[in-house]
Amino acid sequence: MRRVPLTPALCAIPLLIILLFAIAGAWIAPNATEQNVLLGAVPAGSEGHLFGTDLLGRDILGLSIAGTRSAVVGPVFIALGSMLLGMVLGTVSGYTGGWIDLLLTKYADLLLALPVTLIALVVAGLIDGGYWVTVLVLVVLFSPTDIRLMRSAVMTQATRPYIESARVLGLSRWRIMFRHVLPNVLPIAFATMLLNVAFALVAMSALSFLGLGVGPGEPDWGRQLSDGRDLLSQNAAAVIVPGVLIIIAAATINLLGDWLQERFNAEVGVR
Amino acid sequence: MLSQGSLLKFTLGRLLATVALLLAVSFIVFTLLQLTPGDPARNLLGPRASSPEALAEIRDQYNLNEPFVRQYLLWLGGVVQGDFGDSIRSDEPVTALLANRVLLTMQLAALAFVLTLLVAVPLGIAAAWRAGGAIDRGVTTGAIVGVGAPSYAVGLLLLYVFGVKLDVFPIYGSGEGGLDRMWHLSLPAVTLAIGVGALVFKLTRTAVLAELDQDYVAFAQSRGLSRRQIRSMVLRNAMLPIVTSLGLVFAFLFGGTILVEVTFALQGIGSLLAGSVTFKDIPVVQAITLLTAAVIALTALAVDLFSFAADPRVRSRAAA
Repeated sequence: MRRVPLTPALCAIPLLIILLFAIAGAWIAPNATEQNVLLGAVPAGSEGHLFGTDLLGRDILGLSIAGTRSAVVGPVFIALGSMLLGMVLGTVSGYTGGWIDLLLTKYADLLLALPVTLIALVVAGLIDGGYWVTVLVLVVLFSPTDIRLMRSAVMTQATRPYIESARVLGLSRWRIMFRHVLPNVLPIAFATMLLNVAFALVAMSALSFLGLGVGPGEPDWGRQLSDGRDLLSQNAAAVIVPGVLIIIAAATINLLGDWLQERFNAEVGVR
Repeated sequence: MLSQGSLLKFTLGRLLATVALLLAVSFIVFTLLQLTPGDPARNLLGPRASSPEALAEIRDQYNLNEPFVRQYLLWLGGVVQGDFGDSIRSDEPVTALLANRVLLTMQLAALAFVLTLLVAVPLGIAAAWRAGGAIDRGVTTGAIVGVGAPSYAVGLLLLYVFGVKLDVFPIYGSGEGGLDRMWHLSLPAVTLAIGVGALVFKLTRTAVLAELDQDYVAFAQSRGLSRRQIRSMVLRNAMLPIVTSLGLVFAFLFGGTILVEVTFALQGIGSLLAGSVTFKDIPVVQAITLLTAAVIALTALAVDLFSFAADPRVRSRAAA
């Protein structure tokens, strides 16, 4: 009998719940943004409010469920976009080499010379373009690591015998690149993408914690944390609920991504 | 042997590369003013009354009437002499503003760094030594979670548990004098050290594992050298890749101070940057970005020079 692997089994349940909140949050908690200023911040366990309310009288649990969408959707697009860039530019860079390779490597070096948090904060903050501009900025910032990874994955593949046979058969460079090399590096790309979702989730929420990305009044975990900071003695649940949600989301996605990466790395033969 | 010529050549090459990198960063930082939507002069004026005279004065002060390249060169000339212009928010020179706050950030980063070295490096060595064991699997899983943990959420939870609930650490302020300062900075430093420590743990574990895999270890074992003797050889060699990743670690550390300072309401460089971005205080943003890049680039340079001097393999690779 084969043992069920522990890591994915443990991560699946919280991830499915978070996914459910992200998709159906608006139905589960339809009145999440409803304010009740007269009520103010009541502590957890008050009538009708399992985790209490925030300063504007909004229900913490409902707000946290509704906030899942903005916490998850952006990061998924960031991971997809940056991996797409990584695949195209990394494959071209690794397979053709030459000055394209040099240029892309230098671009990656430049972006990696600074903390991602800092560039994201400065660029997204100064442009001030809202949620999707922030997503776009993070795609650009996340791409260098993906370009590097795909480049090294492709370079390991390029020396394998099947590529040589394809070349002998007279297939074109582009055909070999995208039809034969790319499918072989897809698993590792997927695992990396999962890890990027986790990092993007933490980065996106960090930006909204600092007051960027999501508009005021919109449900969002990072925004809840910065609002709830001053409520620590009145209703700590205002911080604990979204805080624990971010930590669990990041941890489970990271563990799952790492587990996949280790399995696929052995197969593809990338270090 | 370490020849004078090759060291000089290597140093010069790396120095030039660092200068080139910083010039590229400085140009990008300079264009931040142009990137910000709106008229640069009005942005620099901020909330002050935008009379034509005031606008003309600002244009003159920041050379906005000059051609773009000349603007950049004049700005860079000022920067080299420590002049980043005046803060829009406080009207003070940016340099003076930074000087007031840089100490706190350095203390926070140093405390977190020391914590990291004391905990993460020994753990990394221990985990690699018994790779696959219970300790290794436990701490490695912890590090996967820790390196991607949201410091602001972790910090607020720590603040609640140790500041509000148990009331053993202060909630606000940064303290007066040495010991009190350390007391106030302990929760923020622990928060910062979780992420950095997880990264350093991974780096250490990988470096030690790679050394243990080398032929000389198998040879030493078969010759019957004691574990202690082998350990000292392995650790000496594993030191180098750990030191080499210091640039990466510093980047992680300085990125982390922004969020940790805001989380704990500390008046350092990081929270100044966050506040300045929201306020569109562009000269302050430019100064902090460029200085952070300079610190990280110089760390990387120092590390490269160190490894060149310490490791003959690096020398032969550079010569090849």
